[in-house]
Amino acid sequence: MSLIARHLEANGIPTVIIGSAIDIVEHCSVPRYLHTDFPLGNPCGKPYDREMQLDITTQALDLLENASATNTTERTKHIWSENNEWRGNYSKVADSNREHLRLKGEKRRAQQTEIKASGESRAPMIS
Amino acid sequence: MAVYDVPYMTRTRDLYRAQGYEQDYRWAHFEDTPFTELKKPLSESRIAVITTAMPDTETGRSQRQVYSSNCDPIPESLYTDELSWDKKATHTKDVASFLPLNQLNQLKAAGRIASIAEQFHSVPTDYSQRNTMEKDGPDILKRCQEDNVDIALLVPL
Repeated sequence: MSLIARHLEANGIPTVIIGSAIDIVEHCSVPRYLHTDFPLGNPCGKPYDREMQLDITTQALDLLENASATNTTERTKHIWSENNEWRGNYSKVADSNREHLRLKGEKRRAQQTEIKASGESRAPMIS
Repeated sequence: MAVYDVPYMTRTRDLYRAQGYEQDYRWAHFEDTPFTELKKPLSESRIAVITTAMPDTETGRSQRQVYSSNCDPIPESLYTDELSWDKKATHTKDVASFLPLNQLNQLKAAGRIASIAEQFHSVPTDYSQRNTMEKDGPDILKRCQEDNVDIALLVPL
């Protein structure tokens, strides 16, 4: 998505990204980025929390309006939970799931070979 | 447990290695960054919304490509199963948590923005950066220009 923002911006359309993977977005370098420090999936606010969701989109528009230079990052004030275990759990590789992941990779590569043979050139990132 | 930014690039690298991939994924990286100033006040601007979620239709579930879907009525669901979001910690049943159309409708009613493009756009996440840069980027730009939008809000899951 960062690549799309860069392309629009380079062609005259100002952009702002709302996301939750700050390392990936900043590594790419984008004009304006609002970071929601949540588990991936709800960058616009917690599910069904309408007040928080409106606040985050409002901040994104403010950022769009006020950023005076490129690579401007802001963070929302919201926190997901007092419990931060989700930070360590995401995509965790441990002895307990190593064999499962190895088999998953094998299965995926077989699927990719089939997909490629069918002429499809697109593949999602693994998860 | 401490609060820290989750290192997604490192986690993804480790996950690829654990799944037997020999080459590490190389994330896009640029030294320079484009910047365009607003051409008119927000209150006079038309906004486009772009998501990585696909339409929740048979085609949207099976064919990874750029789609444009109506903003009104707001879709009750979008297809997110193939995306790399945190399926243990949360869910994507509330579309407003990742597609801010409801919020933008309120901000439009309040006069913060002038209008919302009639359609929002879905762009697939793709292992191939070339697909994104050479096919999807120009495609999304064309759709935005046809919609006469002034600004764009992009939300990757």
